Amino acid sequence: MHGLAFDIAHFLAGGMVVASFLLLYQDRLSALINVFALHSLVLVLAVGWQAHIQNAHHLYVTAGIALIFKAIIIPTALHRIVRRLGIHRTLEVVSGVGRDMLAGTGLVALAILVMLPVTAKADALAREDLAFALAVVLLGLLLMVIRHNAVSLVIGFMSLENGLVLAAAGARGMPLAVEISIAFSVLIALIVIGVFLFRIRERFDSVDMQAMDTFREGRRR
Amino acid sequence: MSLPLLLGLPMLLLAVGAYAIAAARRPDGGRQVYGIALFVCIVLLALALGHLLAGRAPTTLTLPLGLPWLGAHFRLDALAAFFLIVVNLGGAVASLFALGYGQHERAPERVLPFFPAFLAGMNLVLLADDAFTFLVAWEFMSLSSWALVMAHHQDPANARAGYLYLVMACFGTLALLLAFGLLAGPDGGYDFATIRAGTTSPGFAALVLMLALLGAGSKAGLVPLHVWLPLAHPAAPSHVSALMSGVMTKVAIYGFIRIVFDLLGEPVVWWWGGVVLALGGITAMLGVLYALMQHDLKRLLAYHTVENIGIIFIGLGLALAFQANQMYASAALALTAALFHVLNHSLFKSLLFLGTGAVLTATGERDMEKLGGLIHPMPWTALAFLIGAAAISALPPLNGFVSEWLTFQAILISPELPQWLLKFLVPAVGALLALSAALAAACFVKAFGITFLGRPRSPAAATARETDRYSLTAMFVLAGLCLLAGILPGLVVDGLAPVVGLLNGSARLIPQHHQPWLTLVPVVDVKSTYNGLLVMLFMALSGFGAAWLIHRLASDKVRHSPAWDCGFPEANPAFQYTAGSFAQPIRRVFGSIVFQARERVTMPPPGDSRPARFKVELHDPVWERGYAPIADAVVALSSRFNYLQYLTIRRYLSLVFGALVVLLLGMVLWR
Repeated sequence: MHGLAFDIAHFLAGGMVVASFLLLYQDRLSALINVFALHSLVLVLAVGWQAHIQNAHHLYVTAGIALIFKAIIIPTALHRIVRRLGIHRTLEVVSGVGRDMLAGTGLVALAILVMLPVTAKADALAREDLAFALAVVLLGLLLMVIRHNAVSLVIGFMSLENGLVLAAAGARGMPLAVEISIAFSVLIALIVIGVFLFRIRERFDSVDMQAMDTFREGRRR
Repeated sequence: MSLPLLLGLPMLLLAVGAYAIAAARRPDGGRQVYGIALFVCIVLLALALGHLLAGRAPTTLTLPLGLPWLGAHFRLDALAAFFLIVVNLGGAVASLFALGYGQHERAPERVLPFFPAFLAGMNLVLLADDAFTFLVAWEFMSLSSWALVMAHHQDPANARAGYLYLVMACFGTLALLLAFGLLAGPDGGYDFATIRAGTTSPGFAALVLMLALLGAGSKAGLVPLHVWLPLAHPAAPSHVSALMSGVMTKVAIYGFIRIVFDLLGEPVVWWWGGVVLALGGITAMLGVLYALMQHDLKRLLAYHTVENIGIIFIGLGLALAFQANQMYASAALALTAALFHVLNHSLFKSLLFLGTGAVLTATGERDMEKLGGLIHPMPWTALAFLIGAAAISALPPLNGFVSEWLTFQAILISPELPQWLLKFLVPAVGALLALSAALAAACFVKAFGITFLGRPRSPAAATARETDRYSLTAMFVLAGLCLLAGILPGLVVDGLAPVVGLLNGSARLIPQHHQPWLTLVPVVDVKSTYNGLLVMLFMALSGFGAAWLIHRLASDKVRHSPAWDCGFPEANPAFQYTAGSFAQPIRRVFGSIVFQARERVTMPPPGDSRPARFKVELHDPVWERGYAPIADAVVALSSRFNYLQYLTIRRYLSLVFGALVVLLLGMVLWR
């Protein structure tokens, strides 16, 4: 039992890392949102499996919340926003996918190098989970750094948050109240960000961050 | 037994502070608040006096407040009791003064809530028995006094003073925090009992001494950390200035004594005393020189506070030097001198600030060049101010003389010290002390003479009226205490004996109340003694006798005749000697070196109708060499990094990301 349970948990957590790499690779916004939905779905499966093997029922609730909000509501909302902004067909100019992939690989290696020695005394499952979770967090940050579009930034942030939930689930779960409040704060963040996106768009006719930077340049001196 | 009561009363003061927020706008609100503060201070004073005079053992109390694993520890011992007396005496008199003076306050809602809180903070510092409680109370004291400094914040000078005060107070607390951290050690024993029981390695102990000098010295006004003091103390209302200058600086000295003499304990190295001595000497000298250059009455008094803090630190430095050489009898003398001066300075500096407050309400002026002749409309204020001025100038038979004389007695023992450096340093510091005492006298001749004598230099001074009864009572209580402590010094020295014994391995001065004729005998009576009572009797007898003889032998008729006008028939008050004129000789001797004072005279040629001008240019060496470069460096650095405020979002994210990756890499590589 233990061997198979461990392998499946390992497989699902690794799946999240792979999904993160897919996020890095996507240069079309609607595809990016779809991959994010996939990312969240893998998270749901990972957390659900953790709930099963740890026999921790509250993790099912966590998984349910992740499924409803992250895999369904947020991607749908983002799709609607992108469509209403009229940028769903925009190709984002991502300079050097190969370079980003290499950087991502480096980050995963870094995450494993950091986590495995630190958690030497924890059980193997938590160790692997934590290492993968850190990798997902770092990849989310990388996505936020390399993308220009505000919607991509939002997705980078959300995928980062998925990594945090994975870490929490691996470490014997976090209290339910905390999980629910985080879920709601993410939802509120989405609303706020959505409102801002429209406001930004109204003001600057674009949601490309570089376009906004040119406005900032004027204030600089 | 009395400790819970002693703790409850500051809490009552805090409650009064909260009540004052509501009461401040009512016409009788000020009277209520100051009345309760006066009552509470008197009760606290009586309790502390009872504890000290009865020679009770220290009592402790632990409350489940503050840090959960530490609790709030409180302790009442002889040292705390002595400083409680100083604080609450000053607090009571300031409250009494404010019963009258507070009526003239323009913005009572900015003063009333903080005044009781300030008093409570100072009391709690003295009672605290763990580092956390001490620092919280200390910060509370700093912040409430800062609020009082900012009471009239519309004046840009006050706002600047408040800002500087806040920066220096934060710096001082940081130094104290580090000192307590070193004292507590890696186990985090932050209550004072644990610190006392433990030992500190010599290197750390020296570091603690330096940090205590920085932390307590910045609050007390030790040069070169004094810059905020002459700006902030005068900015507050006068009764608060009296508290800040007369009392809060003493709380800072308490902090220094508590850390260095009590908590650090025995491992004293001789050079510690040298460092403290040298700083004290420089502080005393520079303080009085600054004061001489000032013509703003309150600022002059604030600079004198700096001078007197220097005198107290000279005593403390001597005590450290003697303790390091196991000369405990001499150390007892030096400590007694320092503590006596703590009490004295709190008395006469409060008195002088209150007198200035009375002048300020009567005329609305702090600038001496616009005052003059106030002895006629305000005779009682003038008398009280004169007593204070004589006391701070160390004239017998008043109290200032006694403590400075005791300090000199300790200095005269110093040739017995084995270290050659100290043998040379101590007489040099003694010379500085003597010089600063003489210059202080000159300065107060100037302050009293220009303010109260001569003829009014402005219409405001000409139409002044005597101040109210509350204020006068407060001033005369202090003046009476100055005289009493001066003519009965033996009683004060005996009262200080338990404090000295606590700090000095139970060595203390010989009991004084057995001595015949209430003579003060610091070491042995063949060496030197002082008898304030006899000096006063002699002065009174000879003075009245001479007056009687002159009136007897000469004609006692009052004659009226025109005053000699030096050949100037037009009698303009502007022809009088000014404060600037008084300071000029001293400015020429010392100012040209210390302050790079330059005088410029522009004399237009004959026939030109422009007025001749005389300009004096002074430079503050401490500010220009010490603080201005630091301020410039901060400004330069922050404008260099100002562009960080205008980065793009992606740049910020990249910075965060890069920092995270670098830290993680560091973790991997440096394991």
